Amino acid sequence: MASSVEETASRPDLAKQKVKTNKRSMTRRAIDDLVGGLLRVNIWGVLGWSDIRQQYRRSTLGPLWITLSMAAFVLFLGILYAQLFNRPLHLYMPHLAIGYILWTMISSFVEGGSRCFISAEGIIKQLAAPLSVHVYRLIWANLLTLAHHVIIIVVVMVVFAIAPNENWLLAIPGLLLILLTGAWVIFLLGILSARFRDIPQIVQTVMRMIFFMTPVLWMPEFIPRRAIFLTANPFHHYIELVRGPLLNKPIDPLHWQVAGALTVIGWIVTLLVYRRFRQRIAYWL
Amino acid sequence: MVHIHAERVGIDFPIYGNTGRSLKNSILHATTGGRLATTASRTVVAALSNISLDLREGDRLGLVGGNGAGKTTLLRVLASIYEPTRGTLTTSGQIVPLFGGSLGMDLELPGFDNIILRGMILGLSRRQIMNKIDDIAAFTELEDFLHLPVRTYSAGMRVRLAFAISTSVDADILLLDEGVGAGDASFMNKAQARLLDFVERTGLLVLATHSTTLMRKICSHAIWMHRGEIKRHGPVDDVMTEYREWILEQQRLRAEKAA
Repeated sequence: MASSVEETASRPDLAKQKVKTNKRSMTRRAIDDLVGGLLRVNIWGVLGWSDIRQQYRRSTLGPLWITLSMAAFVLFLGILYAQLFNRPLHLYMPHLAIGYILWTMISSFVEGGSRCFISAEGIIKQLAAPLSVHVYRLIWANLLTLAHHVIIIVVVMVVFAIAPNENWLLAIPGLLLILLTGAWVIFLLGILSARFRDIPQIVQTVMRMIFFMTPVLWMPEFIPRRAIFLTANPFHHYIELVRGPLLNKPIDPLHWQVAGALTVIGWIVTLLVYRRFRQRIAYWL
Repeated sequence: MVHIHAERVGIDFPIYGNTGRSLKNSILHATTGGRLATTASRTVVAALSNISLDLREGDRLGLVGGNGAGKTTLLRVLASIYEPTRGTLTTSGQIVPLFGGSLGMDLELPGFDNIILRGMILGLSRRQIMNKIDDIAAFTELEDFLHLPVRTYSAGMRVRLAFAISTSVDADILLLDEGVGAGDASFMNKAQARLLDFVERTGLLVLATHSTTLMRKICSHAIWMHRGEIKRHGPVDDVMTEYREWILEQQRLRAEKAA
């Protein structure tokens, strides 16, 4: 372990003092942190798992609780909203179940991401581990939650007799894109929120609004003449990439294009921000 | 080879006021030219300056100084938690820090789970921890409390637990903050014995403490920190004597002023 920072101006005005650092070594250290964090599976594995176990611990139902609470939500809202929207249950319920389960994960990436470094302050200021472990921890905890929720999707598929076919495989790259994008969103929001402490509240408010604007409770075909609300909503594209194949719907190539572009652009921006501010994060906490 | 080498290390801390930490205010400030929001307050504090150190295995360094002198900040720099904004720092050897506050534990989890969690964060495999877990549990003397969430523990009990785990990892460099002093007398005796044992196994120890006795028993030399700088570096007795005299001097000056 070695670190070196060159000193340029040598006093006395600290506010104006510029620290010149070797750009290549900063990129290198940012990437080391990302890769090094990923390799420390035991840390993010145990932290993410303990996040889930705490949800078990607080209820007598244990592991069942995560599945049952989601199942109840899907069941009751499914029946009610199918009536409200006048849609057949066998079309509406699978749409809602898959959409809401995906939304739960995506919104947890965004909202949890904005708090990921703030809530890990205790560990960050105690132990020198790569910061990225807190990003992987959140993703891992969400994958474990998703595993609990998948049971519901299976039940819904069986009940409404939706036969599996080779289209379903397309949901896998879709899920991967959600995870890859989730990772940079967590990272970027985590960094920004460490500096600006009102971001988590802002994010929460905005996400609540987006939930109602995204076709989770309602279906895209409800607004054929207001399609701009769909194409301009990135969340719609990501959800459709997984939900579409599972429900045997043809996938608009636009979904792939938007999700792919956002993944790449997002990672470039995040890496630049991370390279610039990595060593500041511990100070901000 | 275990060593810590710091050359003219300095840390500048940005301190943000409440408005400076708000994105809404910062945007309002930037877009209205400061008319709608008060100046985004940002002050830079030199938390450490000009720290040069050269520590090798077997060294037991004690840190003294008032609150806010920079002891904890220095320990965090040595632990690579804060990166220096000036100067260079090189370390070699596995570092295990033990600082106050939450002690890096998950308060909702029981003591046993925290042993596993912390052990893993410190780089042990599950099997290595399982081999040590009985020893660690015995050292804490917490017995059945280890099944209860750590949030139910007193400050002293938390210190026992964190100390037992951190000193069980085969570290090369141990960094201890003053919080360790929260243990009771019988624990402090055990802790001292354990630290001496650690140092004898050619470890390197840096210890921040307000306890003169602990410092005299364990440390080979001491640093007196004042306002982020090293005011005096030398044998424990010399540094402690000067530090004491300085405190008395300050008290005398204050009394004179009041009179």
